[in-house]
Amino acid sequence: MRTFIALAANPDYPTLEDFGKDPIWISIIKAVGIFVLLMLGVLFGVWFERKLISRMQHRYGPNRAGKFGLLQSVADGLKMALKEDIFPRTVDKVLYFLSPVIIAVPAFLAFSIVPFGPMVTMFGERTPLQLTDLPVAVLLVLALASIGVYGIVLAGWASRSPYAVLGGLRSAAQVVSYEIAMALSFVAVFLVAGTLSTSEIVRAQSVGGTVSLFGMEFSTPSWFVIQLIPSFLIYVICMLGETNRVPFDLPEGEGELVGGFHTEYSSSLKFAMFMLAEYVNIFTVSALAITLFFGGWQAPWPISLWDGANTGYWPFLWFLLKMVIVFSFFVWVRASLPRIRYDQLMAFGWKVLIPLNLGWILLFATFRALRIDEGNRTLIMTMLAFVVLACFLIYMRFDIVAQRRKREQEAEVAAEFEELGNAPEAGGFPVPPLDLPHYHGVQRKEVSSGTH
Amino acid sequence: MSSYAPVIALFAIGVAVFAGALLVNRLLRPTHSTPDKLTTYECGVDPVGEGWAQSQVRYYVFTYLYVVFAVDAVFLFPWATVFARPGYGMTTLVEMFVFLGVIALGIVYAWRKRVLTWT
Repeated sequence: MRTFIALAANPDYPTLEDFGKDPIWISIIKAVGIFVLLMLGVLFGVWFERKLISRMQHRYGPNRAGKFGLLQSVADGLKMALKEDIFPRTVDKVLYFLSPVIIAVPAFLAFSIVPFGPMVTMFGERTPLQLTDLPVAVLLVLALASIGVYGIVLAGWASRSPYAVLGGLRSAAQVVSYEIAMALSFVAVFLVAGTLSTSEIVRAQSVGGTVSLFGMEFSTPSWFVIQLIPSFLIYVICMLGETNRVPFDLPEGEGELVGGFHTEYSSSLKFAMFMLAEYVNIFTVSALAITLFFGGWQAPWPISLWDGANTGYWPFLWFLLKMVIVFSFFVWVRASLPRIRYDQLMAFGWKVLIPLNLGWILLFATFRALRIDEGNRTLIMTMLAFVVLACFLIYMRFDIVAQRRKREQEAEVAAEFEELGNAPEAGGFPVPPLDLPHYHGVQRKEVSSGTH
Repeated sequence: MSSYAPVIALFAIGVAVFAGALLVNRLLRPTHSTPDKLTTYECGVDPVGEGWAQSQVRYYVFTYLYVVFAVDAVFLFPWATVFARPGYGMTTLVEMFVFLGVIALGIVYAWRKRVLTWT
């Protein structure tokens, strides 16, 4: 893979020094561009999701407004914008009004550090195809995701409706839990790339390294998704949890919470803003997945054979194609998986994802140290053995507890069966005895149910 | 610092667009409210009681745990960036083992106290 990528012309990678030097009008063009891109993305993303999930469920999906129903989202948006807006009498007016804005604005802001391409010439100015980049770019995304949680909690609280409060609390607890696992799954990426800046992480994925194993040189693939597959898998689960998507869409569990934190927002413009923020969040986590694990804007293998693949505005196209693929994955998951229970969701986040993540970070860091620090090999080997042993012991402990619990449960069920078999009325329910004679055979005249 | 200017520009655009949308919405939409319309929706039946239901305290405990681990992540990130540089290797590794050990104690404590168990 390394050789294939080396064939392509060396793209013009921006460095951190290239940012913050744009003239103000270039910055404004880029900012407006991102805004328009996301708005159009939401409009057609909703249409794409509905169309794709319809096909997966053997339906047609929207097909009335415009060709192929393409204008369906535009029609919905217009309706929401022109509809009567209801402020229920008891709500906290200020917070009720502000919380959609608190959710929507940070969602858009997170996109400012997403790299869409290399250095390009924009109206005669050489500039990176990315609004800005910071030494702490990925941290900025996590911080903005946390601000979005305020919007959720305040929307629930300000609505003064029990379902909305419960939905807001649930959603907040879920998002912060999965955010931790998400942040931990980034650590391995930073270990390899040595930076938090998104453009440099993309550059770190342009060439693979080499591993010498048993005296032979192997070249490792350049995209982090292969090298860091455990981190990537954890990230995929967390990005579903972080954006409140199926199978983790507990905040909107219709059966138990009506609409969750936005129950009291009748389908007005404010509701549209919640939906907008949700989709933009999906785009943000998709873009982050692409940037951190799928080589960012760099062309995938067959295309990268072409010399010009990673130059000019072409990478923007590869980036969008990757976005469509990741978004389709979201839809596919939504079509396939049922919603999980809330206690399972939290237990999975805290008891599985976070400990696994910590263990993987230690293991990976030790491997890295082994390759960097040749001198201290025995010491590092000892630590590696220690980590592996500790992981094994923890796993054994879990296994023993799980087995014991399973045996206890089985014994309990068996005891209950026996008790009910001996005395059917013991359970407290008026159950007729199992051997009660009530069937009188075919000789009796049958009474049809229709006459009664 | 000038790298942050575009973030502020995007923030300004975001606030302007959403504030503008809400303003236009206010001018264009019809308003015919009746007392019935203004009741809380809840689940479609007339609402009962105050509005704010009591809820479990454990949501609050989870946000506390979040603070612990968010700080943990904030310390992990700079560690990860300098890890591979010359002169850091071994010492940083051992230090991080100790640090993560202490953090892991936190989650084990919460676990033993049955904070993570939903009843």
